[in-house]
Amino acid sequence: MISLAVLLLAIAEALAADGIDPAADARAFRNYFVEKFPNVKLDDFANGPYSLNEDMRRQWEEKEQFPPYEFSLEAGKELFAKTFANGKHYADCFPEQGIGIRQNYPRFDEKTGQVITLELALNQCREANGEKAISYTGDDMAALTAYMAFTSRGKPFDIKIPDDSRALEAYENGKRYFYSRRGQLNFSCATCHVHNPGERLRAEVLAPALGILNAMPIYRSEWGGMGTTSRRFITCNSQVRGVPLEPQAEEYRDLEYFLSYVSNGLPISGPGSRP
Amino acid sequence: MRNLSKTRLRIICLIAPLSSIGSTAFAANSEADFKQAYATADAAEQEAGRLRNQWLATEAALADARKAAEKQDFEMATAAAKEAEALAKAAIFQATSEKDAWKNLQIR
Repeated sequence: MISLAVLLLAIAEALAADGIDPAADARAFRNYFVEKFPNVKLDDFANGPYSLNEDMRRQWEEKEQFPPYEFSLEAGKELFAKTFANGKHYADCFPEQGIGIRQNYPRFDEKTGQVITLELALNQCREANGEKAISYTGDDMAALTAYMAFTSRGKPFDIKIPDDSRALEAYENGKRYFYSRRGQLNFSCATCHVHNPGERLRAEVLAPALGILNAMPIYRSEWGGMGTTSRRFITCNSQVRGVPLEPQAEEYRDLEYFLSYVSNGLPISGPGSRP
Repeated sequence: MRNLSKTRLRIICLIAPLSSIGSTAFAANSEADFKQAYATADAAEQEAGRLRNQWLATEAALADARKAAEKQDFEMATAAAKEAEALAKAAIFQATSEKDAWKNLQIR
């Protein structure tokens, strides 16, 4: 028992020695974008490229009169209320019956030592109730998360990193993934979303990394449909000519944990729409 | 150091297709040559997979190699396998160098 305590202390000290400081990271992350775009209000970063480009913003505001994610939102509401074969519902798996809780995901599960994203939690709920898991990149998952995000609109991201070396390690893994170059194009996530937000990549305006997950899931005109966070990460990997990981791979969940944590305080704006 | 790594990676990316062209120009390849080249490429790609950093181009080159071999075109198949090997090695180099290089990109 004593040796275990000593080991845990050693791990914690090693992590501290490596300078893992999520709070300092989040401050630096936010300051970077605020200084880079001094005319953008902090909360507006949750609106992605629309916060950086006036023309796109005007088009988006008009589209929001009849938003393209509306059908998915309705479908998600129905799916969320649907009864499982055992008589239970999604609501039975979540705090607050699943309403207005999007801002707390991903969360770190101290029992399993894993990052639990909302998408993973939905499938864990299904499986715990005898239902088959659904695709992480499919329309049903997008619809369910769209509905849950909608019930959290305006609530600030509130991601917690518990006092647990495994949580800190997951955060650091996500950070490493975010900044690591990959694929034949030798791009990292940061290449586009830290070093070049607001710039064009062909017809697209690159979104800032700050607040980039607040609008998830999104309707993308490019996709002609809705997409989950899983789909977004997979597409990013493919775009830099890398072989994507499996949906909800540990790296992707850790990446979501990191990106959500550094956007703490910014409002949930999902579901969103993007070109 | 960072610039040096990036330069080396770019050189590998540029040389990879050229090296395979060279090999096809000077030798008629047998099925045995193909099998050896494919096994080497496949092992490198698996190593890239272990590092969670495979490239789409490598997978495409391996698929091209298999298709050419099915058509008994072992010259083309060997060239594609060698290209796949070079690409997989570049991906391994990238993943290995990024173990530390990512820190240079982070916001501080």
